[in-house]
Amino acid sequence: MYEDKPPRRFHPVYLFLAVPYLAWVWVPFYNRIEPQLFGIPFFYWWQIFGIFLTAACIVPVYLHQEGRGK
Amino acid sequence: MNTTTIVVFLTLFVFVALLGLFGSRWRAGDLSQLHEWGLGGRSFGTLITWFLLGGDLYTAYTFIAVPALMFGAGAAGFFAVPYAALMYPVLFMAFPRLWSVAHRHGYVTAADFVRGRFGHRGLALAIAVTGLVAVMPYIALQLVGMQVVIAALGLDWAVHLPLLGTVSVPLLAAFLVLAAFTYTSGLRGTALIAVVKDILVYITVLAAIIIIPSELGGYDKVFSAVPPQQLLLPPAPEGSLGAGFAYVTLALGSLLALFLYPHSVTGLLSSSSRHVIRRNAIVLPAYSVALALIALLGYMAMAAGVKDMPEYAAGFKSFGNNFAVPALFLHMFPAWFAGLAFAAIAIGALMPASIMAIACGNLFTRNIYKDFINPNCSPQSEARMAKLIAFAAKLGALFFVLELQTAYAIQLQLLGGIWICQTVPAVLLALYVRLDPRALLAGWAAGVGLGTWMVWELGFKSSTYPLHIFGLTVPCYAAVSALLVNLVVSWLLTLILRATVGTPVRDETTAADYA
Repeated sequence: MYEDKPPRRFHPVYLFLAVPYLAWVWVPFYNRIEPQLFGIPFFYWWQIFGIFLTAACIVPVYLHQEGRGK
Repeated sequence: MNTTTIVVFLTLFVFVALLGLFGSRWRAGDLSQLHEWGLGGRSFGTLITWFLLGGDLYTAYTFIAVPALMFGAGAAGFFAVPYAALMYPVLFMAFPRLWSVAHRHGYVTAADFVRGRFGHRGLALAIAVTGLVAVMPYIALQLVGMQVVIAALGLDWAVHLPLLGTVSVPLLAAFLVLAAFTYTSGLRGTALIAVVKDILVYITVLAAIIIIPSELGGYDKVFSAVPPQQLLLPPAPEGSLGAGFAYVTLALGSLLALFLYPHSVTGLLSSSSRHVIRRNAIVLPAYSVALALIALLGYMAMAAGVKDMPEYAAGFKSFGNNFAVPALFLHMFPAWFAGLAFAAIAIGALMPASIMAIACGNLFTRNIYKDFINPNCSPQSEARMAKLIAFAAKLGALFFVLELQTAYAIQLQLLGGIWICQTVPAVLLALYVRLDPRALLAGWAAGVGLGTWMVWELGFKSSTYPLHIFGLTVPCYAAVSALLVNLVVSWLLTLILRATVGTPVRDETTAADYA
């Protein structure tokens, strides 16, 4: 039985996890055709790029946690 | 109807069926124990979990419905991409905690965790019932995916059966295969099938994104076939946040709900350690890339003009836009490769349907049968019960598909997503914060009631309910607005209960259990 403890001290590496959400939150930024890539409008290739960005942003947090032996 | 296509399809299908049936011998465990049958003995490493969760989350219905949405509605259907990407930071942070606490206390379902964390049977029952009701139409939709493929293959061989009426023989055969291997092998057989299924899916996607655009004259030709007003989200009209807001809330609500579905929990808890889940949060997005490319198949189907071809008219008439991808494959691929692609979709229906049925078995047995009907049942009778319920769930889904219109399954699936989202405060948030269980139950009821009412108001045609706030129109996914109300109710009631009657804490978990 326990009451919730105050959260552990915040480490700045966790800010990486906010990056993918920022990439998607402002729709007018990516709701456009130009610049195109291989004939693919920006709207589509930006979001496909966003998937790679999401995976890449998790990596530093993963390394941080593994380094602390969690 | 092409013989080569059918032969390739059947060969792959039979191979997979045998693999599933003999899957029980792989890393054999004592299948009379529920966690052995229903969680594969919690033994799956990074690679198998990758295949299993990939096959579990990206189902055949996804592969048919997402491009169908793009084919019909254009850019708005692409919300599946932010949904399938942004769920991974959540998976990475929260679900290793669920794995740890479940491992420590032997939890098999999300409702097990809720019962342990809150010591409140009513709340655990509400979570279990939400899961069961939400996952049933999902199984039915997998069978719909199967029907589309069977129709595309031209296997229209039907018999009359008592009680069920006219039944397609291929669908019945697929159902029997599904039921047999789920019963005998549990999650082990499903994991083996997932490996084959995912390899076939990746081969199909790679071939599709290389061969089809080059035949159509490049990606610029594909995108120029899309009507300009569908290529982007429409700009927001005056006094409204517009389609962009709906797009983002759809992604947000869907991603919060996804890992709380019973079949996701089953897949996650079957991994052998919390590290496996964390690593998978990094490598699972490979499936999201495949999903994004599959979504674009909808545009390729537009560019190929399959809708106006007389040979596919019957398919579009029966299945609507869901026929776009099968028609595209038939039109663009050589016959043998179309057989392989259809096998990928059909097995992609079979495999998640199996996990969903297993999850139903786990949920019903643990949180309804054991908690309310027969508390003293032995581990053997627990496992036997789960196997029977898994079978009943599939039979129910088959009945659903045969007797009711597909439209009902789609509407229920829409509602299911909204309902599952209302378990966020009691499951996902409970990994961090413990609110009062009575408050959570009230919040859940408010969220489910409000969400259902909004979709009913929309005539079950959409799940984006326009809110009017100070003269501003906010088109918001009903799951998200209902969840906000749910959170506010849960939070306020917790404060009130703590200040007045006090809250006894019956929590069998400790802070160390989550690490």
